[in-house]
Amino acid sequence: MRSVRRGSYFFVLAAASLACLCVTNPSRVAAQGGEPQYFAIRGATVVPVSGPKLENVTVIISRGIISAVAKDAAIPDEAWVIDGNGLTVYPGLIDSFTDVGIPATTPPSGEGGGAGAGGARQQGPISQGPEDRPGAMPWRTAANEASLSDKRVETWRSTGFTTVISAPKGGMFPGQAAILDLQGERNGDMVVKAPVAIPVSLQPVGNFNSFPGSLMGAIAYVRQVWLDTDWWSKAESIYEKNSRGIEHPRYERTDAALAEALGEHAMVLVPANTSREIRRSFNLAENWRMHLAENLRPNVVLYGGQMSYEVAEEIAAKKLSVLVNLKWPEAEKDGDPDEIPSLNTLRFRDRAPTSPAALAKAGAKFAFYSDAITAPKDIVKAVKKSIDAGLAPDAALRALTLSAAEIFGVADRLGSVEKGKIANLVVTDGDVFNEKTKIKYVFVDGRRFEVRESEKSKEAPKSDLSGKWKMTYTTPEGDEESTADITMASDGSLSGSITSSRGTANIISGNLTADKFTFTVNIDLEGSPTDVVFIGTFDGKTIKGTISVAGYNIEFTGTRPDSHSLAELHSVSGSGDAR
Amino acid sequence: MTKRRGVPFTFIAICLPAASVLYAKAANRPAAAPEPAPVILIQNATILTVSHGTIEHGSLLIRDGKIAEVGANVKAPKDAQVIDAAGQFVMPGIIDCHSHIAIDGNVNEGSVSVSSMVNIADVLNPDDISIYRDLAGGVTVANVLHGSANAIGGQTVVIKLRWGQPASKLPFEGALPGIKFALGENPKRSNFSVPGQPKRYPATRMGVEETIRAAFVEARDYKAAWDSYNKRTAAGEKNLIPPRRDLKLEPLVEVLEGKRYVHAHCYREDEILMLLRVAKEFGFKVRTLQHVLEGYKVADEIAAAGVGASTFSDWWAYKVEAYEAIPYNAALMTRRGVVVSVNSDNAEEATHLNQEAAKSIRYGGLTHDEALKLVTINPAMQLGIDKRVGSIDAGKDADLVIYNHDPLSDYAVAQKTLIDGRVYFDRQRDIAERPAREKEKKDLLEKEKKAAAEKKAAGEAGKKAEEKKPEENKPEEKPKPPQAQILGGGR
Repeated sequence: MRSVRRGSYFFVLAAASLACLCVTNPSRVAAQGGEPQYFAIRGATVVPVSGPKLENVTVIISRGIISAVAKDAAIPDEAWVIDGNGLTVYPGLIDSFTDVGIPATTPPSGEGGGAGAGGARQQGPISQGPEDRPGAMPWRTAANEASLSDKRVETWRSTGFTTVISAPKGGMFPGQAAILDLQGERNGDMVVKAPVAIPVSLQPVGNFNSFPGSLMGAIAYVRQVWLDTDWWSKAESIYEKNSRGIEHPRYERTDAALAEALGEHAMVLVPANTSREIRRSFNLAENWRMHLAENLRPNVVLYGGQMSYEVAEEIAAKKLSVLVNLKWPEAEKDGDPDEIPSLNTLRFRDRAPTSPAALAKAGAKFAFYSDAITAPKDIVKAVKKSIDAGLAPDAALRALTLSAAEIFGVADRLGSVEKGKIANLVVTDGDVFNEKTKIKYVFVDGRRFEVRESEKSKEAPKSDLSGKWKMTYTTPEGDEESTADITMASDGSLSGSITSSRGTANIISGNLTADKFTFTVNIDLEGSPTDVVFIGTFDGKTIKGTISVAGYNIEFTGTRPDSHSLAELHSVSGSGDAR
Repeated sequence: MTKRRGVPFTFIAICLPAASVLYAKAANRPAAAPEPAPVILIQNATILTVSHGTIEHGSLLIRDGKIAEVGANVKAPKDAQVIDAAGQFVMPGIIDCHSHIAIDGNVNEGSVSVSSMVNIADVLNPDDISIYRDLAGGVTVANVLHGSANAIGGQTVVIKLRWGQPASKLPFEGALPGIKFALGENPKRSNFSVPGQPKRYPATRMGVEETIRAAFVEARDYKAAWDSYNKRTAAGEKNLIPPRRDLKLEPLVEVLEGKRYVHAHCYREDEILMLLRVAKEFGFKVRTLQHVLEGYKVADEIAAAGVGASTFSDWWAYKVEAYEAIPYNAALMTRRGVVVSVNSDNAEEATHLNQEAAKSIRYGGLTHDEALKLVTINPAMQLGIDKRVGSIDAGKDADLVIYNHDPLSDYAVAQKTLIDGRVYFDRQRDIAERPAREKEKKDLLEKEKKAAAEKKAAGEAGKKAEEKKPEENKPEEKPKPPQAQILGGGR
C-alpha cells in the first residue's frame, strides 16, 4: 500500500484491491482528516445520559472537546455548522470488553511454558505447574498493540461505537486493557487511558499433560500467581533494605507486570457468566481480599453476567459491577437436531436477555460488551433484545455509555454529552434503539465521520460469500494474486480485508444481492482518498468481475481454496496487517 | 400421638406443603438461606437406627433440622407436619465415601504428579443432576474426590446433597477436608501418554512412592521455613523476606499436622503396605484406603494402623491390578476389625448403594445391621462426621431416607430423602411434577423454533449467510483434553 507509484492508477488499484476486501458493512464512514476542528450542531435534540433529554440545543465541539451544550451557545466563527433539526445527539457508544483495535497476531508464548493463545492448546511447551506461568502474558498491553490497521476500528465506529475497552486475547492472563477511541492519525492517538484492566480467563490452557488441565487447576493457578505477585512485591522491597547474605528474590515478569498494573489501579476482569461462575468469582474476590496486601488487592469486575437474572441481588450486595456479554446464548447452528437440550440450558437461553433488567432492578452497575459478535450492527440489536426483555431504554443507553465510563473510572472524560468531556458523539435521525434510525455522523475525539448509506440488498443473497478468496488479475506490471478475507452478514452486507504482497486494505462497504456483489475499498492515491470498487457475480463457487478505480477497469477472478477455514482466515488477515 | 394415630392421613397430601416450599425454592435457585426447617413427625415406620437396632412402628421427631426424639412413642407438637410411614422403612441417609459428582470441569488435574494445589471445593457444581439422582437413591452425604491421576492429587470436600442450594451451601459444615492420593497404575504413566509429548514422571510403582516421599520432604522443609520465619519475626527481627506461599505444599503441611484427611486410591497389598510405611515415617495418618480391593490380604495391618477401608461391593477384573478382587472383601475386612464402607465412585452406582451394601450379606455373611453400617455409620466414621450423621439417634442431623421396603431388598425404592430435616427428594412429588417440566421444556423449544422462523421470515436468517464462529470467551465451555476420560481412571 505504501509503495504506490505516481501515475499508475492500475497499480494503485491493484494494491488496493489486494489490500482490502471487506464486504460486510452497509454504511461507510470516511474520515475528514485535516478538516475543521470546530463544529456546531445547532438546534438538535440532545440525550446527554448524565441528565434529562434536551430539546433544541446547540452542541459545540472545539478541538476534540465538547465546549458547550446549551440553547444559546455561541457558535465560533470557524465552526462547521450542522443543522440539528431532526437530529439527536448521543454520547458515543462504548464496547466495554473486546479486542477491537488490536489486530490479531501470533502472541508470544507465556513465560517458561504453556500454550499462548486459546487456539494453540497442544502446541506450547509443557507446563509443569503454576511456576511455569502457562498462558500468562500480562506484560502485553492494548496501549502498545492498538492499531488503526484493525478493520474493526472503522466498522465499529460506523455503528456508533466511539470507544472500546480493549485487551489482547489469548491465554489466562492475556494482557492489559486500555480505553481506546476509534480514530487517530497515529496508533497512539487512540489511547485514552492505559492500563485500565487486567482480564483473567479461567479457561485452562493446558491439557492432561500440561498444567493447568482443569478448571480447578486454572483457579489454583490464578490464586498462586496473585500470592506470588504479592510475595514478589514484598520480597523485592525488603531485599532493597537488607540484601547482605540473602539470596535475591527471583524476578518474574508476569508478577512484575501484574504488580505494576495493579499499582495503577487497573481493574481485574473475572469471568462470571453462569450463576455458579458468578458466585465463584465472589469467592475469588474474597480470597484476594483476605490474603493480599492492600495495594495488590484486585478491584474485581465481572464479565459474562448472562445468568445474572438468578443472582443480581447478590451481585448488587457485593457492590460488584458487571460487563454483560451481548452474545446471547442460543442453539448451536450446526448442532445435532436430534439432541434435545436440558431444561436448564433452555431456560438459560430464554432468560439470559433478562439479566440486564435484573441487574438494573437490583441496583448493580453494568455495561455491555460485544464478545463474539462479529458484525457490529448486531451489537445494538442484542441490546434491543434486553430492552424487549424488560430493560428500560434509558438504562440500556446508560450501560452503553456512562456506566461503562464509570466502571472504568473515566466518567470525568467519557460517557455523556457534557461540557468539557471528550467529543465522542453519535448523531442520529431518531431513537438509537429504533431499527430504522440512521446514524448521520459519528464524532470521535472531535473528528467528524460521516456515515454514508450504502445500497441495501434488494434480494437475499443466494449463497454465502464468506471465506478466504484467492483473486487473480493482470496489472500493467504483470499477473498478480491477492487474498480477500470476506465476511458476509445475514443481510448480504460484506466486510473484511484484502491482502497482497503490497499490504492490506479494508472493505468499507459492500453487499451481495442475489448473485451480484459489489464492494469498495478506499486507498490513498497521490494524497487523496480514492475509492476502488469491485463489481461482479458470484456463482456459488467462484467470483469474477471488474475492479474500477479512477476511471480504469481491470478484470479479476477469484476462487475459495478452503471455504470453511474461517479461523485460519482470521489469523491470515491479522498477520497481514502492516504493524 | 394417639390422637393422630389411625387417622387416614395420606402420605402425599400431608407432606406436600413441606415439600412444595422446598421445591419451589429449588426451582428458583434460592440465594438466601432456606426457610427454617419445619417440625416433622415421621410415624408408624420401621426405623433402622443402625446404632441401636430396629424400632417397629416407631416415630421420629425432627426439629431444627435435627433428630429430636426417636422411639416407639414420641410426643409431637400440634403444628408438626406428619409423615405417615406405615409399612415403610426409615434409615440414616446413605453416605458415599467415594464420589465424583458435582464437579465442574475435569475431575483430574492430571498434568502434574503432585496436584495438591487444586481443590474440588473451588469447582463444586450445585447444578449437576447427579446430585438429585443420588438423592433419589437415598444418598445424603458424598465425599467428593479428585481423580486418581496423580500420586498426590487434589484437595477433596465432603458435601451434603442439598439440591437447589448454591455451591457454598453444599460442604458438610465442620467436616475435615481431605486430599486424594493414588497408588498403582493410574498415577504412574507407563500406560498412558499424549501423542508427541513426553511421559510424565513417575513411570513405576517405585516412582509413585518416591513422589509421595519427595513431596512430604518438601512440605516438611516448607513448614520449617515458615516456623523459622515466624519465630524470628516474633523475636523482633526486621526486614526478613517471608517464604513464598506455596499452594501445593500448604495442604501437605495440613496433612502432617493432622488437619486434613488422606484418602488413598489403591489396589494391591504391596502398595497398601508401602503407603502405611511412608505415612508412619512422616508421622501422618492415612484416613481411608479407597478401593483397596486386596485389603482382605492385609486386613490385620490395616486394622492395626487404624485406617478405614472404602471398597466396592463386587467390581473386579476391569484391569490387572483388580484381578485379585473378591466380593468377600468388605466382610473379611470387617471381621478383622477394619472400619469398612462400600462406595460408588460413580454417580449411577451411588443410586443403589443400599443394594451394594446388601451384597455383603450374601458374600461373607454380614448381619443386616453390619451391612447397613457399610453405607451409613462406617463411612461417617471414616470421614470424621459420625457425631453428626450415620445413625438415627436423638441430636444427630435429620439426614434420613424413607424406603418402601427394607432397604437391603431388591425391591426397595427411596420415597423421600431428608437432609437437615428438609425434604430434598420426594418421589411422589417428583412424579407429579414431571408433566409440568416436560411442558416447560416443550414450550421453550417451541418458542425457540418460532423465534428462528420469524427471524427467517424477516429475511434476516439468510440461512447460508453464516457469520464467523465465535472464537472463545464462553466461560461455560470446558474443552476436555483428549483421553481425559480414559486417563482420568476413576478406578
